[in-house]
Amino acid sequence: MLKIENLCAEIDGKKIIKNLSLSLPAGEVHAIMGPNGAGKSTLSYVLAGRDGYKVTGGSVMLEGEDLLALAPEERAAAGVFLAFQYPLEIPGVTNMSFLKTALNSLRRACGQDELDAMQALKILKGKAKELGMDADMLKRPVNAGFSGGEKKRNEVLQMSVLEPRLCLLDETDSGLDIDALRIVADGVNALRGAQRSMLIITHYQRLLDYIKPDCVHVLADGRIERSGGPELALELEEKGYGKLSGKKSA
Amino acid sequence: MREQERLAGVAPRVAVDAVFDSVSVATTYKKTLEEKGIIFCSLSDAVHEHPDLIKKYLGSVVGAEDNFFAALNAAVFTDGSFVYIPKGVRCPMELSTYFRINAQHTGQFERTLIVAEEDSYVSYLEGCTAPKYDDNQLHAAVVELVALDRAEIKYATVQNWYPGDEQGRGGIYNFVTKRGLCKGAHSKISWTQVETGSAITWKYPSCILEGDASSGAFYSVAITGHHQQADTGTKMIHLGKNTRSTIISKGISTGFAQNTYRGLVHVAPSAQGAYNKTQCDSLLVGNLCGAHTFPKIVSRNASACVEHEATTSKISEDQLFYCRQRGLSTEEAMALIVNGFCREVMQEMPMEFAVEAQKLIGISLEGSVG
Repeated sequence: MLKIENLCAEIDGKKIIKNLSLSLPAGEVHAIMGPNGAGKSTLSYVLAGRDGYKVTGGSVMLEGEDLLALAPEERAAAGVFLAFQYPLEIPGVTNMSFLKTALNSLRRACGQDELDAMQALKILKGKAKELGMDADMLKRPVNAGFSGGEKKRNEVLQMSVLEPRLCLLDETDSGLDIDALRIVADGVNALRGAQRSMLIITHYQRLLDYIKPDCVHVLADGRIERSGGPELALELEEKGYGKLSGKKSA
Repeated sequence: MREQERLAGVAPRVAVDAVFDSVSVATTYKKTLEEKGIIFCSLSDAVHEHPDLIKKYLGSVVGAEDNFFAALNAAVFTDGSFVYIPKGVRCPMELSTYFRINAQHTGQFERTLIVAEEDSYVSYLEGCTAPKYDDNQLHAAVVELVALDRAEIKYATVQNWYPGDEQGRGGIYNFVTKRGLCKGAHSKISWTQVETGSAITWKYPSCILEGDASSGAFYSVAITGHHQQADTGTKMIHLGKNTRSTIISKGISTGFAQNTYRGLVHVAPSAQGAYNKTQCDSLLVGNLCGAHTFPKIVSRNASACVEHEATTSKISEDQLFYCRQRGLSTEEAMALIVNGFCREVMQEMPMEFAVEAQKLIGISLEGSVG
């Protein structure tokens, strides 16, 4: 599904990602863990195509397609979804109209007919119900006045509606209490599937108690230092990042 | 005429009076309206057919001596629209006047007069367009509204006059005097405007709240791009007891444009228990445009309550990236964010026109992101 080879990226001339290689097969869930400043969030932004991040080398292929050549909205159309660490607020725009617009943009890019308001509403309500969410959430403005937990659940709802092939979850667990964490994790687990790959970026092993990864990678100083099974996360929790990367953890 | 057809197309129950180069060319649905006793015709016809009403009300709210452009209008105006809603009648459809400046090197000086008798209701929409010319053209219109006891007038404007080219050449000078008189007790007048056009706009639709417990409202969206200047706002003059006014103004500037809210809330000594709430929000797109707010409040009655809130914000790169990550193009994202910003005002537009106005906002923003 996703193949990253020798990726190098910098921001304002500062090298953040250094020769990073990673392979994520279809249907698998991989976790990326690492200390603050290791380049975890940068990796997710580079993959999603945010302005200001300069790729200086390497390649990123999504099912054979050169992701780095695409604009952010084209990457979205290719099936890339980034669940933001800090979801943005869009005052005055309801979740419903935001998601309808997004859904129709993606459908248009794939040559499908656009949905009218009624069709879109039916899909959105169905998805909200599947995730055990109140349909009233659709009428509220995008993330405006949402609690931290609600924002993250809203990201999961968007993910569920837009049906991406590649999900990037950037510290989805940050700022959540245990109950909210479980609800969000349940939502993510419900979206696991043979045709969908997930890259879960997190500081703590805690999230991985709820979302079982197939593989854990340790990102330190801009590259993958170690990869292993779920047990690697437990080892990290015990020993800290300092031991693994040979440097002090933040 | 296409725009008018489009407007008429989405709302088949709209009676239209078309005014080209200050001449009223056609009025539709005249018969249906006549059955209810509603008069909707060109001002020139009204002068012949209803001279008493014209004598009584024309110039009663905006006199010839009011200001320079009102004086110019009073001196040279040729035509316009006249609406009269009799006692107790609820106008069954939207009434609409469509203005267009076709001729070059010219001005448009039409007048609109709307009179709502006791316990009547009317919703009125005004649309404007003009073809592109390199020279500037002048639009100096006058609109007068009179609402008697418990009458309600809703006046909505979609103004899309030619704004000039990217360098600021050409375009309409839109210097319009609009004023409503809430003459009767419990009468209501609301002005709703979506302003996207004109090179320069000076326009302050106002309400004189004379009747006790009368209320006035001003809901405005003004979008300026390139070198456009919009200086718009309202005056709420509280004279009667327990009068209320609401002002919501949303200004959006892009390119090199300047967008100004200029308003006056005046509470006279007689206006016991007057209440005003004002909200002014400005949105900036890019680093070269400007937003300005000049609210003036004069309160001569200690029991009055006047509230003013204002914000200035920018569309952030983060918001745009968030939308693009979900598949929206930059322009779709801009239109969505700006429409959200204007939501409170859009809700005041007649349903069918709100859809058109939303599209117009999208069109106005095209090319505003580099």
